[in-house]
Amino acid sequence: MSQTSVLTGVTPPQTAAQVEARGARPKPFFTPRKIIIYSILVMFSLYYLFPLYVMFTTSLKSMPEIRFGNIFALPQAPNFDAWVRAWTSACTGLTCQGLAPGFWNSVKITIPSTIVSIFIAAVNGYALINWRFKGSEIFFAVLIFGSFIPYQVFLYPMVMITRELGIFGTLQAVIIVHTVFGMPILTLLFRNYFASLPQELFKAARVDGAGFWRIFFEIMLPMSLPIFVVALILQITGIWNDFLFGVVFAGTQNYPMTVQLNNIVNSAQGTPEYNVNMAATVLTGLVPLAVYFISGKWFVRGVAAGAVKG
Amino acid sequence: MADTALPLEAGTTVNRPGLLNRIFLHNLPAKIAALPMMATVLVVFVGCTVWTIYYSFTNSKLLPTGKFIGFEQYERLFSTSRWNVSVSNLIAYGLMSLVFTLVIGFVLAVLIDQKIRFESAFRTIMLYPFALSFIVTGLVWQWIMNPTLGLQGTLRNLGWTGFTFDWIANPRMVLFALLIAGLWHGTGFCMVLMLAGLRSVDDEIWKAARIDGIPTWRTYVSIVIPMMRGVLVTAVVIIGSGIVRLYDLVVALTNGGPGISSEVPAKYVYNYMFSGGNIGQGLAAATMMLLTVLIIMIPWAYLEFGGKGRRT
Repeated sequence: MSQTSVLTGVTPPQTAAQVEARGARPKPFFTPRKIIIYSILVMFSLYYLFPLYVMFTTSLKSMPEIRFGNIFALPQAPNFDAWVRAWTSACTGLTCQGLAPGFWNSVKITIPSTIVSIFIAAVNGYALINWRFKGSEIFFAVLIFGSFIPYQVFLYPMVMITRELGIFGTLQAVIIVHTVFGMPILTLLFRNYFASLPQELFKAARVDGAGFWRIFFEIMLPMSLPIFVVALILQITGIWNDFLFGVVFAGTQNYPMTVQLNNIVNSAQGTPEYNVNMAATVLTGLVPLAVYFISGKWFVRGVAAGAVKG
Repeated sequence: MADTALPLEAGTTVNRPGLLNRIFLHNLPAKIAALPMMATVLVVFVGCTVWTIYYSFTNSKLLPTGKFIGFEQYERLFSTSRWNVSVSNLIAYGLMSLVFTLVIGFVLAVLIDQKIRFESAFRTIMLYPFALSFIVTGLVWQWIMNPTLGLQGTLRNLGWTGFTFDWIANPRMVLFALLIAGLWHGTGFCMVLMLAGLRSVDDEIWKAARIDGIPTWRTYVSIVIPMMRGVLVTAVVIIGSGIVRLYDLVVALTNGGPGISSEVPAKYVYNYMFSGGNIGQGLAAATMMLLTVLIIMIPWAYLEFGGKGRRT
């Protein structure tokens, strides 16, 4: 359990990040030691920030300016022309509708997948903790073990199953696949969270005659807001960033944004327009970046919890 | 769906005949609620895995209908240069990525743990790439490493004419290009894990080490790192299973090129299944990936769960 709590980091007791920092006591700011520490950290920060800078500046430049060949330079006349092109008319090799359809496909995939997968996982976690039945722990163990198996192992049989169900190449197929493969980590998350709630609450409700669903909706759900936030962050970024399931299961008409983006940059004909490419890349990254910056330290909990998903 | 759950349920109850009825009716709402999970486990995680392994022994081409041919697909797999290149790429990339991710992640965590100012700013900067998809990561680095207009071209234009950074177009260096992008994406996350590990070490340990006059670096190497075993093992498993799945990043950054010099197994599987029209071959490759993960997982599962049985 001590190791799982590092993974999930969401059990109500304070997380490691809140514990007081270790190390040497504060000293005068400009000691040689501090200078070395800060310079290493700043160097690494430049490595992490440089692509973000390049992405934004390139997307605001014009093509002649880019051909001049200075990737460091700020745009001389920043404009959003490339953004508009990327959104409305960039070519993917087949069509020239820009990223907008991909964006809406991603929305149509992400919202239902997130809701369905979180709901099912919450019920699973609740049943696994409060309504154990014979074999429930075995199912859970296989579920967790299965989350480490490479997706490539399941791809073809899943294609056949969705084809049998008549939904291959539709949004429903992608939603089901995301629900299935999001289940292990989300179930783990909810199971561990429900395990940390006082059992007396559940027992008292049982004594009062409340049933499975009533306890779930009226007692458990209202108490599990923190874990829902973590699960939301995890699923929104994870599903938005998915490429493999989108390209296999969605069908050409329903390609999510990541697939469209890759097609725009890597399979378009003619001379590459780097400003449009970078604008498209920024646009695709905006949703997860927004989630990251808005959610703050919740994101850290979310990704630490989602780490198992790999 | 309830039918599919039957064999396992029945299997666990043979010892107590007569209770069978109660086993099914007892907790009925919970069992109904858990049906999606049971279906996922039985149909996807067990069923699809068995299906894939079975059909990897057939000569299926466009449809999985072939007849049993033993290990022929595997023989062909290991005599295909593209697969062998993929495997050696994955091993080379995987080892480098694992070592560098752990080392960089740990060093950054230690530096951030020195009661520095702007801690949360540094953390935010280091972790944000992890929020982005591998496609975005790959495409940005593809542009930065563009030989004519990217970093190389820029520095040459600025007067450093001998500067060479053409890794993305150089078959011998392309794995390092992949590594730069991969580390950019993943090291911040490793840092977060390591930082949590560092801060779970009791402060008393540090005080005791300081009183004994043990140098700081020695305290890290001999005391703190052994105490962080749990986090380290977790990090290795997570990074390792991520490496085996490496796919999107390669598709976006190099698409396997130049030539086949940056192919990886996951891409091999996809290409044979969905564009090569040789399903049996793709399934054999997928089974080999499964085997690789099992080789990583089983020692870990043994260490983690063996001995005391299941943890709760």
